[in-house]
Order: sequence, then C-alpha cells, then structure tokens
Amino acid sequence: MVDRNPVAGGPGGGPGTLEPAPGGERDWLRFRDDPAPDEPAVTLDAFLDQSNAGSVRLEAGDDVRRLGPVLDRLRLVEVDFPRFRDGRGFSSARVLREMGYTGEIKATGDVLVDLIYFMRRCGFDSFAPNVPFNREDVNAAMSRYPYVYQPAADDAVPIWKLRHPDLANG
Amino acid sequence: MYRYDKYDQAMVDARVEEFRDQARRRIEGHLTDDQFKPLRLKNGLYLQLHAYMLRVAIPYGTFDSRQMRKLAHIARTYDRGYGHFTTRQNIQYNWIKLEEAADLLGELATVEMHAIQTSGESVRNISADQYAGAAADEIIDPRPWCEMIRQMTTFMPEFSYLPRKFKIAVIASKVDRAALRWHDFALRIVKNDAGEIGFEVYAGGGMGRTPFIAFKIRDFLPTDQIFSYLQAVLRVWNRNARRDNIHKQRMKILVHELGEEEFARQVEEEFQHFLTLATDFPQAEYDRIAAYFAPPPFEQGLSDEIDRSDPEFALWVDRQTVAHKAPGYAIANISLKPIGGIPGDISADQMDLVADLAERYSFDEIRATHAQNLVLPHVRKQDLYAVWQALTEAGLADVNLDLVTDIIACPGLDYCSLANARSIPLAQKIAERFADRQRQQDLGELKIKISGCINACGHHHAGNIGILGVDKKGSESYQLLLGGSGDEETSQAKITGPGFDENGIVDAIERTVERYRAIREPGERFIDTYRRVGMDQFKEAIYG
Repeated sequence: MVDRNPVAGGPGGGPGTLEPAPGGERDWLRFRDDPAPDEPAVTLDAFLDQSNAGSVRLEAGDDVRRLGPVLDRLRLVEVDFPRFRDGRGFSSARVLREMGYTGEIKATGDVLVDLIYFMRRCGFDSFAPNVPFNREDVNAAMSRYPYVYQPAADDAVPIWKLRHPDLANG
Repeated sequence: MYRYDKYDQAMVDARVEEFRDQARRRIEGHLTDDQFKPLRLKNGLYLQLHAYMLRVAIPYGTFDSRQMRKLAHIARTYDRGYGHFTTRQNIQYNWIKLEEAADLLGELATVEMHAIQTSGESVRNISADQYAGAAADEIIDPRPWCEMIRQMTTFMPEFSYLPRKFKIAVIASKVDRAALRWHDFALRIVKNDAGEIGFEVYAGGGMGRTPFIAFKIRDFLPTDQIFSYLQAVLRVWNRNARRDNIHKQRMKILVHELGEEEFARQVEEEFQHFLTLATDFPQAEYDRIAAYFAPPPFEQGLSDEIDRSDPEFALWVDRQTVAHKAPGYAIANISLKPIGGIPGDISADQMDLVADLAERYSFDEIRATHAQNLVLPHVRKQDLYAVWQALTEAGLADVNLDLVTDIIACPGLDYCSLANARSIPLAQKIAERFADRQRQQDLGELKIKISGCINACGHHHAGNIGILGVDKKGSESYQLLLGGSGDEETSQAKITGPGFDENGIVDAIERTVERYRAIREPGERFIDTYRRVGMDQFKEAIYG
C-alpha cells in the first residue's frame, strides 16, 4: 500500500505561510518548511528528455503517470489550472501522492481560495495563484470543515473511522 | 430512515456558514457574479429569469413529516407559498432572495436537509426507486447504499470540479422505476448464484442535447468495493474528458468517444489501483446505516380486504395504490398532476397535509418520485379510505398515475433562463384536452414528457410521447418524439417530423393517441404498440 503523504500534520503543515515569490511580484502560499526550489520548471516532455532538471510543470491535459519512473529526480511539480473550473489538476496531484512522491506540488494559475482546502487534501502543498490570496480568506477556507467524509491524499481521518474507532486501520 | 449524527450535522452546519460568508462577499461586492456563480451552484442556487431558484436535496427521495413541514414553512416564508418537486426527487423554490438564502439553508439544516451538490459540476443527489423498502418486488432496500454513496460523494476533494454534472441512481428490483440507464452511473442490486448481494453496474447514460443510454460495464461488483469502483470511474472521466466545450463534457460523450470497451478497460485498471489504497467503507459502516432503514413495525395479521363500496374511492385505489411487501399494507401514490395544474407543484398547505398523513398513516415516511409525484409508502389498507378522503379535500386525489395527464414537465420559459419555450402551459393544455377520466383510463399507461429546451430536464428522450420546445425564428415551436422509455426496456424517443405550434402539438398528440387506440391489440400499452408497428403508422396519422 502506498504511503499517504501527510498534509495537515506533515512537514511544514500547520496553517501555511504566505511569502513573497522569488521574483517578488506576488505571494505564494506554502505549507512546507524545506527551502523552495528556485530553478524554473520545465514542461513534461522536456523533463522526460533531460536528466538534470528537478522541477516540472504539468499542463491540465498532461498524463501525470508518465512521471512514475522518474519521481526520485523530482523536487517540484507545478500543476497549472488554466481555469478554476478545470479540475484535472486535482487528480494529477492525488495520483502523484499515490505514486509515493513526497516533494512539493504547487498549484498555479486560476486558483481560487475556496478550492485550496480540497487541493490540500489532494496533496498540493504550495499555491501560486494568479490573484494573490489574503490571509483571512486562507484561514477561513482551511478551517471551515471539522471532518472529512472520505480518505484522500492526506492524513485526515474519515468520519466512518471516527464512528468505528474499534476497527483496525483501513 | 437515516438520521444525522454529530458528524453529519457538523458538516451541513459548516456548509451553511461557508455559504453565508460567500453570499456576504457577493452582496458586499467582493465577489463578481462570475466568481460567485460556481460557489452558489454548489449550493443549488441558480439565477433564473425573475429571481434566484434554490434546489433542495431530498436524498434518494425519502423524507419525513418534520422535513415536509419545514419545506412548507420555507415555501411560506421565503417563497410565494409553494414548491416544485423535480425529476431528481428534489424540491425547488422559484422566488428566492440572495439576502435570505443563507438563512433558508440554516433552517434546512435544523431538519437534516441541505442543498449541497444539487447543481454545478459535481456528483448530484442520488436517486432511487421511490418504492424502496416497500416494494413487493425488491431484493433488498437499496437506500442504505444510497446513503453511504451520499456520504462518499459529499465534498470529494479530487472530484470537486468534474467536467460536468454526474448523476447516480440505485434500484433493487427487475422493474425499473428510476430511469436507471438514463444516468451517468447506475447500480441495480442483484444476487449472484452464490446468493451474495452485489451491483450490476451501468455507465455513460444521460439525456441533454446528446442522449445516450448507459451500457452495462460490470455484471457483478461486490458491494464493499463500491467506493473504489466509483472513484475509478470518476478519475477516468475527470482525466480524459474534454474541457473545451461544455456541451461535450458529460461522461456519456467520453464513453462514446473512447468506446465502451476501452472505457471499461481503463476503469478496470484504475479500479484495481484503488483497491490497493484501501479507501472502501467497512461493513460496520454499512451495518450502522442499514439499521436506520430497518422495516417499520408492520402490524401482523391485517386483512387485505378493502371496502370498495364508494366507486370514486375504488377508482383511486385501482390506479394510485401499488402492492406492498407487507400483508395488509399498500403503497399510495399522491398525484401532483391535477388537470390544469403545474406538474410537480404543491402548496404549503398541501405539504402540511401530506406531512400529517405520513405521520398518522405511513410510519412518518414520504417519498418524492422522479415523475414529480409523492408517495406514502406504508399505508394500512384499512386506512386507505381515510387517506383518500383527506387527499380529496386537499385537491390531491387525482386518479392519473402513469396516465396521459401524468405529465413530466420542466419549468420552461416561465422560469428558466436556459429555456427556448414554455413547458407548463403546454402540459396544462394537454391535460385539459385529455381530462375526461374514462378516456384516460381507456388509453392506459402513456408517459408524456416535456422539455422546454434541448437540455432535456423534462426527460423528453424517455417519453412514450416526448415534446421538445425549440426557438424557431423567435417563436416557440414544439417537436414531437415517440417511443422513449425510462423503464427496464430503456429506449430513446425519435423525432416524428416537422414541429408544431402550441395548439398544433396538442392536436398532433391527439392524432397519435387515436391511432394507437385504433390499432392496439388487447392488453397493449402505447409503448408496446409503438414497438410492434414502428414510427411510420404514427407519422401517417400525424402528418397525413
């Protein structure tokens, strides 16, 4: 069974930090405490072609499973959301975590603050939205729901497990 | 029936507060309507022609008197004194103010109701056989699985922005009363040779502008693997569906483009993967939920005799009641299709009356049907007369279940911002034309379904007689379709030919119906005759 990457309680878990991006032009929301990779992310095809890159940028239509054999070279995967209604990136992130990837997954593009809670649950741990979030909205979005109904790529315990604490894991 | 525990209640309460905050941000101008739209849609709030419309979920169509009274209260307080039951076993209110919507949702939460995922690109309210738990022909009550699937699919992180809506139905009998194969994903509970319960699984159905009937993707799925399987289906769709054209993003289009075999192969591959993640809900959780659906304490030794000395009552019994699994009990259907009325509409006072009857005579249970009627599922046969008298007084005792005046109609151009034509006035005209009771009875089962645009909310593709409203050079025009069905022999209706205006379509229906009467063989329903003789006979009658 694939180890699930912790989200809320994991490395750099907590409430996340809003910090200036390296370029300084907008804020990132980051839930990790390792140093942010600063090399530019390359396209999936380019990444698979060259052996020295450590960051890759996935477009919405890219098949994330192609990264399976090369996960150990990766430090950052950027997943682009061309429109917030395009939900393919949610699957990309969760599949990455299911494959055992523990590096950074960053949501970029049209990312709305109302979506970051679900994104966190799918394994995203940093956010570089087109329009910066404000702290208050982030806190509200992240603390809104007291429970979850189903397991995802985080450590959150689904309600059914809380209802049956006597059951073995799984 | 199911009751929330502290977890369910906390989730619904949190949703109300989230929406309250979003509505405030919209009202204060921090969100544009474009930004607000997807947020309100996840809460069932549409902006229609005249006002906001709110769709309230009635999971698998089951609710009780306390909830019905709250729905009546909401109709009086937040709407204009009535509500509208829909083809997904939900209820809609047509005159909602944005400023009051959060309070309304708050009131719903006090009776364990919500509007979560009743619209938007998400897994919608699960629909089910309206006779579940009462039908004489079911293998087992399907509702515990419906409730479990409701919980599995509420706030799914990975599938929070699906390509389009996703509709699920569950039944547990051979006879299909839920239009199973017109759904994106559908389960029929079956028993295998070893006597184990499992799901026969269908995928890729749907109406809309490009109708498809779901194909059987799996003969037998063990019930304890349903969450893995459902996630596999959703992931294959979420990953592969087009995102460039909203009209081509439903799962049925992907199934069609990939082909059933390739779609099934990908689902199977993903399913095997999900099984390794061990995300399925345990048997103990099924057992917990199923306990809420234990059969009510039916009285033993009741007589099956019904005093039929009142001929009006006898007519109602013959048409509106259905065999119950418990001796001495009947399933009673309440028509929301009075001649000249609006299909599916019900006043607040009528809601209260139905609530009273449910409490007193039906173990406090009510069902909403996809045909926009209501059901009292567990009535003692000896109480039927009292029930009928009360319904008669409230204007709810029409005798037309599955008959020509039991018409499904979408809200149409009277309310809906998508519609091309009015549906309600047409439904009223057809009902008035065929109002004669003897004529209706003589015509027998005949399902007319009207949609005011190609989105097909009025299920015209599944109508024995379907009507599609279109905009023809700025005026309303209606196309006539024949031969559709949502039952276990699912079929898609076909267009007869050129369309009609509002009066012309009523005449064309009459010519169709009269041709059926002329050529039917003994015992044949309209759909049987159509299937035997085909379209040409009817075309000739319609167009001469």
